[in-house]
Amino acid sequence: MIKAVMVINTQGKPRLAKFYDFLTVDKQQELIRSVFGVLCSRAENVSNFMEADSIFGPDSRLVYKHYATLYFVFVFDTCENELAVLDLIQETLDKCFRNVCELDIVFNYSKLHTILDEIVFGGQVLETSSAEIMKAVEEISKLEASSNSITLVPKTVSGWRNR
Amino acid sequence: MASPSLMDTLFQRTLDDIIKGLRHQQAGESAFISKVVEEIRREIKSTDLHTKSIALQKLTYLNSIYFIDMSWAAFHAIECISSPNFSHKKVGYLAISMSFNESTSVILLITNQLRKDLKSNNEFEVSLALDCLSRIGTADLCRDLTPEVFTLLSSSKVFVRKKAIGVVLRVFGKYPDAVRVCFKRLVECLDGTDPQIVSAVVGVFCELASKDPRSYLPLAPEFYRILVDSRNNWVLIKVLKIFAKLAPLEPRLAKRVVEPICEHMRRTGAKSLMFECIRTVVTSFTDYESAVKLSVAKIRDFLVDDDPNLKYLGLHALSIIAPNHLWAVLENKEVVIKSLSDDDPNVKLESLRLVVAMVSESNVVEICRVLVNYSLKSDPEFCNEILGSILSKCCQNVYEIIVDFDWYVSLLGEMSRIPHCQKGEEIENQLIDIGMRVKDVRPELVRVGRDLLIDPALLGNSFLHRILSAAAWVCGEYVEFSRKPVELVEALLQPRTSLLPPSIRTVYIQSAFKILIFCLHSYLLQRENIADDMASEMLGLKSQGECSGSSALVAGKAPARQEQDEGFNPRDSNKSYEDLSIINEGDVSALLEKGFTHESIVNLLNLIELALGPLSGSPDVEVQERSKNVLGFVDLIKQEISNGFVSERASKIIDMVHDAFTEELGPVSVNAQEKVPIPDGLMLKESLADLDAICGNVQLPSSISFSMGSPFGESVGASVSIPQSKEESEPSSESTSLLAEHRKRHGLYYLPSEKNETLANDYPPANDPKSSDNTNDDAQDLVKLADKSLLPKRRSNHAKPRPVVVKLDEGDVVPFIAKKSDTRDDLLSDAVRDILLGNVAKTASSQSIISDKSSSKRKGKEKLNVDLPESREILGVEKPDLGNPSSRRSKHRSHGKEKSRKSPEKKNSDEIGDGEKEKQKSRHRHGRHKTKQRAEGPLNVAAQTPVIPDFLL
Repeated sequence: MIKAVMVINTQGKPRLAKFYDFLTVDKQQELIRSVFGVLCSRAENVSNFMEADSIFGPDSRLVYKHYATLYFVFVFDTCENELAVLDLIQETLDKCFRNVCELDIVFNYSKLHTILDEIVFGGQVLETSSAEIMKAVEEISKLEASSNSITLVPKTVSGWRNR
Repeated sequence: MASPSLMDTLFQRTLDDIIKGLRHQQAGESAFISKVVEEIRREIKSTDLHTKSIALQKLTYLNSIYFIDMSWAAFHAIECISSPNFSHKKVGYLAISMSFNESTSVILLITNQLRKDLKSNNEFEVSLALDCLSRIGTADLCRDLTPEVFTLLSSSKVFVRKKAIGVVLRVFGKYPDAVRVCFKRLVECLDGTDPQIVSAVVGVFCELASKDPRSYLPLAPEFYRILVDSRNNWVLIKVLKIFAKLAPLEPRLAKRVVEPICEHMRRTGAKSLMFECIRTVVTSFTDYESAVKLSVAKIRDFLVDDDPNLKYLGLHALSIIAPNHLWAVLENKEVVIKSLSDDDPNVKLESLRLVVAMVSESNVVEICRVLVNYSLKSDPEFCNEILGSILSKCCQNVYEIIVDFDWYVSLLGEMSRIPHCQKGEEIENQLIDIGMRVKDVRPELVRVGRDLLIDPALLGNSFLHRILSAAAWVCGEYVEFSRKPVELVEALLQPRTSLLPPSIRTVYIQSAFKILIFCLHSYLLQRENIADDMASEMLGLKSQGECSGSSALVAGKAPARQEQDEGFNPRDSNKSYEDLSIINEGDVSALLEKGFTHESIVNLLNLIELALGPLSGSPDVEVQERSKNVLGFVDLIKQEISNGFVSERASKIIDMVHDAFTEELGPVSVNAQEKVPIPDGLMLKESLADLDAICGNVQLPSSISFSMGSPFGESVGASVSIPQSKEESEPSSESTSLLAEHRKRHGLYYLPSEKNETLANDYPPANDPKSSDNTNDDAQDLVKLADKSLLPKRRSNHAKPRPVVVKLDEGDVVPFIAKKSDTRDDLLSDAVRDILLGNVAKTASSQSIISDKSSSKRKGKEKLNVDLPESREILGVEKPDLGNPSSRRSKHRSHGKEKSRKSPEKKNSDEIGDGEKEKQKSRHRHGRHKTKQRAEGPLNVAAQTPVIPDFLL
């Protein structure tokens, strides 16, 4: 079971945080802080796994991958395989976010959720093929766009500017 | 801001605008956010769903990134999901899944909308609703929506079906009765051909089986087929995880499964699958020699890989297997030991665990020496890891691996002096525990204790206080082994003891009291002896030198004795002795080796009076009371022994108190309390239940078998709470300069001069750059050493036999408390068993009742067969049983349990039979299994015979 997925930048700011069990915002903030505290103390070129029992309770593991200014973090229990989750980050996520920088992540908050929801469903990894994921994500985006275009006059400022 | 501007009211800001705005705020972020939240509160009330959904989207963003509360917007989120517009719906569902929980009051209002969306023709709307249910599903929601989920389990769209399978886990967890509806269909999905579906359903079963593996044993044949057939690594990993849980319950199943697992190990190139195979073997298949050998070979590949991840996992796998197959660790000891100096903290930690696992009676001395050297060069955290693992390894099973306790006790003393040592509590417990259990080690224990007590520098380190407390207790309790009791009293009363917390000062005072009693008693004996037999003086002197007991003490005239003693005590370094003799000149202690003159006794009494005088006004009651007691006693004795004459009364008192202290304290069993019968009519719970509430934040003293008080009570000196002495701040640096003074004046408090350099600045810096170069050399040393001492399990040539260690009959094992499992889990497993066992009652044949009951697995299988095209024949034979299903079901359930406990063998045979059936079924598809089946055929017959009697029970 995946317990949480986080994207944290190297300053410790969360860019995305999904907890698959409900937690209060205070608890979420505390967990993200302690995860970042551990991550930033780790050198480069060391293993990507950590035992996270002290942060997330017994039998918790954490896998992270450091890309440029971002840490991608998956927290899970004994029902997942560390290397498989690392592959998921390195291959599937990497393909879904090809050449993506932190700024893209910042501005594509909703899309990020859409992608992640296609991979992890209620704490279980349901899809590992990036092709399948991107197919679904594109269709969802199309559907969103078409449903938005029904609103003929954009009410938003940026909508005006873009015209 | 005075009033909202025109732009603000007419035009709504989008999420992008907020993000851009936030990026431009450097300092005033929180002000900006609160302004935005204010805006959102206004916008979200809009009747226009578009405005509302954008406001909600912004709020969701702020909630997840800036941790702004959004529970107040719950109802607005519900409004958004009821919009016909997909993007509004999506925003609403995201908000709900992030913020709703069991305590959200409006949660039940979404039931109808969820139902509507679950039935939608648009697969993406269905997906949104399923995702939402999987995140926030409560018992009520899951109950109400089970029919819809059931329908979706057979959806023609894979995209929907896999998510419906995923949501089943949440539904089962919250509403176990859903098992009766959905389980069968879920099991059918295992047979599916679509890899996405199989992946999803295997994932669900992996989660279910991890909580309650036994209930899923009947499905083993299905999992077996996937294990053999599937080529999807993700699926295989999940199936392996399931078998890791099932195999220990079912030895015959393990036998069947081990070969395919090895096959995967030989075949696969994927490291993730490889590691899962290894992990499965080393956790659940440790009895299968060839499989273990194969996985150890694969572990070696991991260990020598450059990728730190693989190295770490390899070490991790070794540490799983170490308890059962230590040879696997010994085989790889070079890598393991070299990893101690790895850069990666995980790797270091794993390798430490393995090195400690290799420790045995024959090599404990050497390995501990190297580990302690490592700890000196490590960062504080790892240093304490090392010390902690040495301590816990050595005290295992009442110091099982320790032969030379003198060595171990001095090692404990040495570890206490390691700069980063924070294991005070553990060392304290062991020092005292060893003192109570091992009689022969007491002289050494007192020597180690004395060395610790006498060093004023140690008093400044709050992590050592607990160790000092143990040292003080040991020296007081076993003072008869001390050569210089007066010196101990001086150490216990030295000025820097003011740095100790009161709870430990009390131990110091009590120990000083014990020593005083001992000295007085010795003095009395000595006087008697002088009176009794002046002629035996020379003889007495000799025996005094040899005997460390208290009975044969004989007085001597000071000058003559000193020379004699030097001869008798080769362990005492001449140098320090000379130092001391020089200092003696003006000092209180005459340092007669246990020979007490009247003068020295009076000096001792004066010293105690002087040191404890100020404490009688201490704010801490314990300190105050104990010091007053001692002072009272000193006062009394002083009056009685004036002018070299000891009154009858005084000697009686001294004898009595001495007798009280000579009573030996033994170890206390952890179960001791339980053995005390509870008197009739005593209701323990009644008054103690709310003890926590009554005590509030009062700190309870740690429960040690003797009363030492709590270690970190209120601190006395300012420096007490400072963690590391090398960073000691003002008060301590002041005391460091005082230390030089102190040393000049009270040289006897300091250790012999060879250690002076290290003491000069309290503690040497931990990571001495010079010494870090040696790390690799050390690794080499340890490797060499391991070569020498690890391989042959020879009994090392002990110079002396292992001393007697007092053990309590069964008291040294902490009582095992069975964990009560969650009721919801029980409900779930009951439901699953009902389906897999009870349900079968209906379809099961009307054959004999014995065979009907005989196999849960077969029943499960038969039930499954119902839905398989290949098994129509079997179904045809069977007739529905019209008996009372509920009573039948309960009977079955109890049998299932009984079986699990009483007759694993029978089960196995069932399992095999099952597999056999499965094989037959799929023979056309997988011809390659044929040979294996044939080989197993006769075995089944043999194994099946003992089945029936068991079932008649």
